[in-house]
Amino acid sequence: MNHGLRRRLPVALAAVIVLGFLGLFFAWPVAAIVGLGLRGEAGAVLVEPSTWRLVGFTLGQAAASTAVALLAGLPLAYVLARLAVPGRGLLRVAVTVPFVLPTIVVGMAFRALFGADAGVLAIVLANAFFNVAVVARTVSGLWSHLDRRMEDAARSLGASRLRAFTSVTLPALLPALGSAASVVFLFSATSFGVVLVLGGGELRTLETEIYLRTVQLLDLPGAAALSLLQLAAVVAALLVATVARRRRETALRLRAPSDTARRPQGAEWWVVGLAGLVLCGLGTPIVTLLLRSVSTRDGWGLAGYRALLGTGQNGTLEVTGLEAALNSVRTAVDATWMALLFGLLASFVLVAIRRRAVAESLDLALMLPLGVSAVTVGFGYLITLGSLPGDLRTSPLLVPFAQALVVTPLVIRMVLPVLRAIDERLRQAAATLGAGPWRVRREIDVPLAARTVLAAAGFGFVIALGEFGATGFLARPDAPTLPVAIARLLGRPGELNSQLAYAACTLLMIVTVLGVVLIERLRGRTDAVEEF
Amino acid sequence: MNRYLRWVAALAVASLTTGCSLIGSSGPEPAARTVTLVAHDSFVADPAVLADFERRSGIHLEVRNSGDAGELTNKLVLSRAAPLGDVAYGVDSTFASRALGAGVFAPHRSAAAERGPQRYAQDQEQRLTAIDVADVCLNIDTGWFAQHRVPEPATLRDLTDPRYRGLIALPDPTTSSPGLAFLLGTVAAFGDPGWQDYWRDLTANDVKLSAGWEEAYNQDFSGATGQGPRPIVLSYASSPAAEVDETGRPRTRALLDTCYRQVEYAGVLAGAKDPQAAGEVVDFLLSPEFQAQVPDQMYVYPAVDGVALPPGWAESAPLPQDPAELPAAEVERNRDRWVEQWRTLVRG
Repeated sequence: MNHGLRRRLPVALAAVIVLGFLGLFFAWPVAAIVGLGLRGEAGAVLVEPSTWRLVGFTLGQAAASTAVALLAGLPLAYVLARLAVPGRGLLRVAVTVPFVLPTIVVGMAFRALFGADAGVLAIVLANAFFNVAVVARTVSGLWSHLDRRMEDAARSLGASRLRAFTSVTLPALLPALGSAASVVFLFSATSFGVVLVLGGGELRTLETEIYLRTVQLLDLPGAAALSLLQLAAVVAALLVATVARRRRETALRLRAPSDTARRPQGAEWWVVGLAGLVLCGLGTPIVTLLLRSVSTRDGWGLAGYRALLGTGQNGTLEVTGLEAALNSVRTAVDATWMALLFGLLASFVLVAIRRRAVAESLDLALMLPLGVSAVTVGFGYLITLGSLPGDLRTSPLLVPFAQALVVTPLVIRMVLPVLRAIDERLRQAAATLGAGPWRVRREIDVPLAARTVLAAAGFGFVIALGEFGATGFLARPDAPTLPVAIARLLGRPGELNSQLAYAACTLLMIVTVLGVVLIERLRGRTDAVEEF
Repeated sequence: MNRYLRWVAALAVASLTTGCSLIGSSGPEPAARTVTLVAHDSFVADPAVLADFERRSGIHLEVRNSGDAGELTNKLVLSRAAPLGDVAYGVDSTFASRALGAGVFAPHRSAAAERGPQRYAQDQEQRLTAIDVADVCLNIDTGWFAQHRVPEPATLRDLTDPRYRGLIALPDPTTSSPGLAFLLGTVAAFGDPGWQDYWRDLTANDVKLSAGWEEAYNQDFSGATGQGPRPIVLSYASSPAAEVDETGRPRTRALLDTCYRQVEYAGVLAGAKDPQAAGEVVDFLLSPEFQAQVPDQMYVYPAVDGVALPPGWAESAPLPQDPAELPAAEVERNRDRWVEQWRTLVRG
């Protein structure tokens, strides 16, 4: 076997696996359901002025949510990446918690905080609340590897702290910022529960309209037209992000994180203060939920928590709250390893592809699952997966598959900037010193990417834990995840059901914290490997 | 093999072997005859009753929840070429015509259907069998009315009285199935287009709309755990049975003259793998054992005559005597137009 083939074969194999998964569980179902709709009079929807108001509102609220999430996430990312302050590990965990909370519950918490008519502001803040974690984690991932000496050099040449930040650090961070922004934009543009609860049926986005037309009205032509519109908007947003990233994903001088964190000095305390404020903002809805879980009609009580061992008032659930938690963990573990498998394979392919246009198209395709309505994918499954052997539509594996589809783009977005940022000269230097190609990978790429991969795994696990869009459509009653159980409990009258729902929320937070702590500890241990 | 691939493979193997994964933990082999029951999200049954049926019939029953009545119906329509299961339960009178028109169900005649369910029959062939009835009614927080010395409302017309201004919470008919039932109830009560004038008055009386029943009931309604600000909410005739104080007395009451009836049906799916066994499952849903546990489990009323209601229901959740109803075909014909008109009227 010649050298070139041996190099290309694994890439080709990985590409086939990734594209096969994407094609089977995303492209085919979506194309089938949209195609079914297009046989009707889909065009009519596009000429209605209300449709274009929907598009405007969808993009506008997503852009605003992204801006708020970026502003709130940056101070957190800075503290996480750069500063050695006590409780940093705790901060990393705390920031992640909002991401898993069920949208219906957060929607109701914001509805309680802002009043029912808060409308757009509440939607924007709630979307940002969910997504601050994406910004903080994605950006701090790259930031903690940036060589601090560049900035110090700029400072010693007379640049102000701000100038050093804007001319040295910010450009280096742009790939991660672009990645985070595009993910947050996609999550916000397609957020469903938040808009439904806080928009009160009055404020609508493409996503909620697609849901209504598909699920309630069976207006497939209308839904198909809106799905295509949403797809177009998402592709446009992704193209903008790609162009913004294009020249900036360059080789950086990456360092092991332990070199770059130090005690805050001077103006950095302001950043710490800002991060604290953001944390308080994130904490408010969480504390509201915690209080709700221990308040009963007759004062404080733990009835909801005791009820976790049961199945709700008159057996609303088929399993106990604890069993639902176990299901959540199990499903999320499956979703995580699937997403890591596909995400790492995809990142590997994306790095290996030399032609930029090809790499960018593939990258964009891999992001699309975040931008397409879970209803469209779910209903697509109904008409496609039935024709596969073993009827996957009713398989317990379908839920982790669908979750992995959501998690994979995030894994790619976290891992790719780090892989791309690895200076080729490091690899060349290793090769010059006599290392074979595998040795180079092992000594250079793996140590530098390992932390980020683990971080992506942790975050992916957390996303899967809290995922409700696809899960809500696909979960089986005898194996509900916690978010599914919570939604079900809130859909029934009875004091015990609602207390149990909020206690289950707390349990979800605890499981999340445990998961993140575990990953953090693993990440900590990789330090030894990173002494290169 | 590439380093990355090896790493990834090791990870996959590790998580598979931890036994923490679904693949690693397959359940026990099902019985020889398996029937898949596709049901709406509210389906819950007493595990003992299900187990007893499985033992007697030798049929293993797999339940799959598939959304609310509307979502379930649409999923059945879309998947009719390769049905999701053998029996469906939960298509209601609002959506029955859509399912029947699409040919989702096959005829099946249960002997027990003669004792009550027959009166809700949708077609001559009995492709759908009524299993339970549920009434969407306004609920009031009786304590609030006593405390504030305001007379309790009784009829739909009362709600437009200025006395009840700012006291009503409703879910949006376009996003919520009880909300849709309430809209249909007003069409039944005031006729078409008379319902539009009624809604004009109702909106002028400051009703609070929310996207779903969850928010209206748990957050806006003063009689539920959330103890919101409004003492009148749209819910079910049976909801008061879940809102009892320490002495077992209900804190809320359904207004029985404001109800709209939803009948929930079951049917054998056309293309079922084992239609014979599927029919046995429909018969089981009409059996005294299943019918008797329907109120406690799902807060609905049995469709079969002479099934005793749980203790306390006669007082807290009596069945409305004369609920409003519209023929399924009429609903199917006009639903989208009414919803659109409502949206223009109320949302502007």
